[in-house]
Amino acid sequence: MLLRVLVARRLGKRYGEKRALRGIDLELPRGGFLVVTGPNGSGKTTLLRICAGLAQPTDGTIERAAARSQVGYLGHEPLVYRELTALENLDLYGRLYRVPERRERIGMLLERFGLWDARHERVASYSRGMTQRLALCRVLLHDPELLVLDEPYSALDEAGAELLDDQLAELCGERTFLLSTHDSARVERLASGRLALAA
Amino acid sequence: MNYVRDVGALARKDLLLELRARDTLPAMLLFVAAVFVVFHFTLPGTPSRLETSGLLWVAILFTALLGLGRAFVPEREQRTLDGLVLAPCDRSAIWLAKSLATLAFLAAAEVVALPLYGLFFHRVGGATVAAVALADLGICGVGTFLGAMAVVTRARDLILPLLFLPLAIPIVVGAVGASVVDSPGRYLGFLALYDLLFAVICWASFEYVVAE
Amino acid sequence: MLAVASLVLVTTALAFVFFVAPNDANQGFSQRIFYFHVSIAITAYACFAGAAWKALRHLWKRDPRADLESYVLVHQGLIFGTLVLLTGSIWARISWGRWWLWSSDQLVLFLVLYLFYCAYFMLRYSVDPGPQRANLSAVYALFGVVLIPVSFAAIRLAKDIIHPVVFTLQGPQFGGWILVTYCIAQVALPVLAYTLYRLELGAKRLDGRLRDLREALA
Repeated sequence: MLLRVLVARRLGKRYGEKRALRGIDLELPRGGFLVVTGPNGSGKTTLLRICAGLAQPTDGTIERAAARSQVGYLGHEPLVYRELTALENLDLYGRLYRVPERRERIGMLLERFGLWDARHERVASYSRGMTQRLALCRVLLHDPELLVLDEPYSALDEAGAELLDDQLAELCGERTFLLSTHDSARVERLASGRLALAA
Repeated sequence: MNYVRDVGALARKDLLLELRARDTLPAMLLFVAAVFVVFHFTLPGTPSRLETSGLLWVAILFTALLGLGRAFVPEREQRTLDGLVLAPCDRSAIWLAKSLATLAFLAAAEVVALPLYGLFFHRVGGATVAAVALADLGICGVGTFLGAMAVVTRARDLILPLLFLPLAIPIVVGAVGASVVDSPGRYLGFLALYDLLFAVICWASFEYVVAE
Repeated sequence: MLAVASLVLVTTALAFVFFVAPNDANQGFSQRIFYFHVSIAITAYACFAGAAWKALRHLWKRDPRADLESYVLVHQGLIFGTLVLLTGSIWARISWGRWWLWSSDQLVLFLVLYLFYCAYFMLRYSVDPGPQRANLSAVYALFGVVLIPVSFAAIRLAKDIIHPVVFTLQGPQFGGWILVTYCIAQVALPVLAYTLYRLELGAKRLDGRLRDLREALA
């Protein structure tokens, strides 16, 4: 078991002429909880996408000691199909991630996030808060070792935010977290490290 | 075995999405019928079998393009391609599943188009049906692959026909040839070879199209 | 150095084509365009094949320079492809009085490839620069090189279904000075292509370095 899940050295990302990230160093140990803060446009999303494996850096290096099956990513988009039901969405991801005891786990997560009653309805009919909660179910479905969460609180209502608080508290220390947020006070007590990005 | 399951799960998703949206298949059916009517007015006199065969394939090609342009729309608009790329499955499974789903729709459209063509123009022989089957494989395989590429660009729908048509020329040659020639074996064989060759190259390189 | 070599070679080729090679029995002086047409065509094929090879290196070996090299080779291939179509058209006009011949396999093949590689440029300019653009371009370049033989086979097959027309573009009987002239042209043009390739590559690399520098200072 490697001690460090993520190591980035002088990480940079450029999109054509535009530079999104410059010279980032970070180390995320197993069981760590790294909170990334910064104003809009400082590159938080880009950094998290690179760490999750969705983008490649243009400068610097990144080493990730977690396979794709061990990474869970929550971005600005919930990454669920609006024309499918919650159950169908989670069933798809459950199959792709080869989740053992898929049906039970899906049921458990839907209940925990208060979506069990709406499981047969299309996601298009969900409120923003419900969609975000479904996205959280998707992220947690395969019980990933590394959780990369990009402003997870932003679309949640207060009830949903409390559910997320509970979930984070439960998994903190057992799983590795990379989380970006505007509201760092909320996760302050869980954080083992902080990274502030400048604009 | 896992690969087959992944393809199955993804293809099922694509079929479900289309059945719920109910827009692409009806559009393709209406389009192909309209195109046939237009053909009638563009062909002077009584067209020969060779001429109308050509038109059949033009119709199929453009109807397919219509469907192919829509193939990756859910993935693009809802950014769900990210979700599929993050998953541990082989990326080529995404291409294969989407191709199979598109094939199903194209075949469904042709089930209507071919009898319609027989009604309006000339009867469709067994060789033509075989050609349709083989050509569909090539069209859907290559077309879906290019559709994924087009979705990443700024030009999107505009660029798909430009990328697709040069690659479709051999398909058209094989298909029209098989439809009109007395011994279609050579043309059908050519179509099969095209399908195999491009399926391999699509399968091997889809990874590079979706992952950065 | 390279530029000098290509200048010398091309001049020699031109000299040979116009002064040394004997007049063709059937078509006379005007048939000399054949020397360039065929060697340009082969050069263009070589460019496309080279582009596909660089594309493979980009995808497989992650060679950081390969993307730009592949792109410049496609560009060169397209330039020479344009020349093929032009010289072919002129040759057709000289031989048969028409500016285009569907019966010339070579011409039709180049037309298809021309469309294909023009789409390459449309693709490239429609994506922001970065690893994704490089990947897409590379994959497309590989498709191109597979398309060359497949299209050629298709065009040959098509001859049976489209009415065969007698018009063709025939080269001369090879022998003696004709062979020598042809060989000189065949060597001269790839060298020219390579010179242009190095020139353009150099210019693009300089652009890239300037951009990096500007960015580092920003």
